Amino acid sequence: MVLLAVSFICFLIFRFTGDPVLMLAGKYATQQEREQVRIAYGLDRPFYVQYANFLGNALKGNFGKSYISQVDALDTILERFPATFELALTAIFISLAAGVLLGVVVSIKPGSLVSRAIMAGSLGGISIPTFLMGILWVMLFAVYLEWLPPFGRGETVQIGPWRTGFLTLDGIKHIIMPALTLSGYQLAVILRLTRAGMREVLSEEYIKTAWSKGLSPFTVIVKHALRNVLIPVVTIAGLSFGELIAFSIVTESIFQWPGMGNLLLVSIFETDHPVIVTYIMMAAFIILAINILVDLLYAWLNPKIQYN
Amino acid sequence: MDKNTLKPVLSIDNLKTHFFSRKGVARAVDGVSFDLTPGEVTGIVGESGCGKSVTALSVMGLVPNPPGRVVDGKILFHQKNLLDLNIKELRKIRGAGIAMIFQEPMTSLNPVYTIGNQISEMFRLHKGYNKKQALDAAVDMLDRVQIPSPHKRVHEFPHQLSGGMRQRAMIAMAMSCDPEILIADEPTTALDVTVQAQILDLMHRLKDEFSTAIQLITHDLGVIAEMADQVVVMYAGQVVEQAGTRELFQHTLHPYTRGLLASIPVLGHRTRGMDEDLTEIKGMIPSLYDLPAGCRFSNRCPQVMDKCKTHLPELTEMGGGHRVRCWLHTKGTTL
Ligand SMILES: Nc1ncnc2c1ncn2[C@@H]1O[C@H](COP(=O)(O)OP(=O)(O)O)[C@@H](O)[C@H]1O
Ligand code: SF4
Ligand SMILES: [Mg+2]
Repeated sequence: MVLLAVSFICFLIFRFTGDPVLMLAGKYATQQEREQVRIAYGLDRPFYVQYANFLGNALKGNFGKSYISQVDALDTILERFPATFELALTAIFISLAAGVLLGVVVSIKPGSLVSRAIMAGSLGGISIPTFLMGILWVMLFAVYLEWLPPFGRGETVQIGPWRTGFLTLDGIKHIIMPALTLSGYQLAVILRLTRAGMREVLSEEYIKTAWSKGLSPFTVIVKHALRNVLIPVVTIAGLSFGELIAFSIVTESIFQWPGMGNLLLVSIFETDHPVIVTYIMMAAFIILAINILVDLLYAWLNPKIQYN
Repeated sequence: MDKNTLKPVLSIDNLKTHFFSRKGVARAVDGVSFDLTPGEVTGIVGESGCGKSVTALSVMGLVPNPPGRVVDGKILFHQKNLLDLNIKELRKIRGAGIAMIFQEPMTSLNPVYTIGNQISEMFRLHKGYNKKQALDAAVDMLDRVQIPSPHKRVHEFPHQLSGGMRQRAMIAMAMSCDPEILIADEPTTALDVTVQAQILDLMHRLKDEFSTAIQLITHDLGVIAEMADQVVVMYAGQVVEQAGTRELFQHTLHPYTRGLLASIPVLGHRTRGMDEDLTEIKGMIPSLYDLPAGCRFSNRCPQVMDKCKTHLPELTEMGGGHRVRCWLHTKGTTL
């Protein structure tokens, strides 16, 4: 349903923003040439037929060719997908690991100096816009300390259809700053979510029970408390993963990251409709797929829900 | 056996647990003393807010700190003062020597782990069992608390069990390492009457079987009448009367205890809320931040005298272990 709605909106964008014929045939084409293009691309047929065609092709994974490169739009995007996916994966990993860890620390010792510093930092994470955060990281690690490269993806290794940057030191160095930038907001959200959850759970009766059994503080906090907190936290993290993939545009453009977000920016400048439309469809698809995965994960974590 | 020859397994002596907040100091437990004897049920009774739970948590070393802290007294368990132990030593006693069950069976089990997992934890921690041995032992315990088809139940989550079953599982967990003391904080308050009777019955049976000392906390004198050997009546953080159960019911001395007794509804028709029950005692329990100067019950006592309002009576031995804190019965006045 959602995909259908998105596809319809995409189609409208595709069809009614600017005249594709003008784009395809060029400004100086004759009337006759334009008609030929119109027929060749099926643009002369009624609206609903065009939409049906569009849908049918989309189902087959055929979104048309990029106007610019004349390469299949889907292929263009899929080629960029690994870069974005790896960036988002690293970012979500950083925000989950650091967010949960710091959230637990803050909830155990709420009044301490360390906790106050962490909470202040998390406020920064939420309120500093992505581009500013990116620039700050670049200033610190690339300009001032000169530890990390300021842009690009570095050395990559091709494995089958997948081009990965995880396998070379250079690739890993390149991913740190963009991933930190992309994870900033999410990290702060997860930290605050973990803290709120831990506060609530630590005052539950079953935590009192756990203490009264003589369990170690680590077991009580990690096994009995954190496990209950992780249910909503993992749900949120999972849901935001889709968003990170789909909307890493700002981060990718700051660091010249060769991912889908950067491609989208270029395509928008070039009014390359098939690529834009494919990107939007992909984004919708990814978010939907991740929603389903998260639902399953949630059910697995929470014994009260059972899908039969 | 003569009761007086049995050595207490736990002696609480002049325990003071206070809560510190901006409003001031709440003396939630203020000089409480009593003993627990093996194979006996000691009932702690009093209106809600009088310090019953805080007393129990003090024994377990689980008073939320901040804001609370044990400020004075001794809790002797096998000649050792629990208040002097470090966290490691205390952890060995929690669960193994002194176990505790709580009021809400719904919330006192962890919702994301199976019953088996949560009971196994006790065996693994205190007896060093491996996973398999611990699970077998858990099945055994479920059987002992009369949970039907324990092999199946052991793999179920708390939400799959009824309230009564959950409390049985809770008892199974608490009793799994054969503790010398079981502290039960209102274990049946949240259950309906028939289930309540079954759970009390089960606790009684297990107590005889393991000769456990039980500290049974309740606001219900009906439960006390059925279960307890000894009764400690608490009011506003202090013990106001203390006696053997029969003695207490037959020769009630303290006006507060009389009020509680008069408010026991007809047996089998116990209601949950304390407020409805206590129609016989007028007025409200005083705020711990704003206690009356003399006897803490003086603002509600039907027999209040002038002296009561200015001077706090001592807990006085009346013979045969019957103690009471009231100017009506304390002869040696300080005036
Ligand atoms: N966490 C806490 N913070 C502040 N005060 C508390 C806390 N727990 C208990 N108290 C104080 O201790 C008093 C006794 O509480 P409690 O022992 O739970 O009563 P009950 O007899 O109903 O079990 C309460 O009236 C309250 O003033
Ligand atoms: S001391 Fe006085 S006020 Fe207190 S219970 Fe006895 S008679 Fe009542
Ligand atoms: Mg209580």
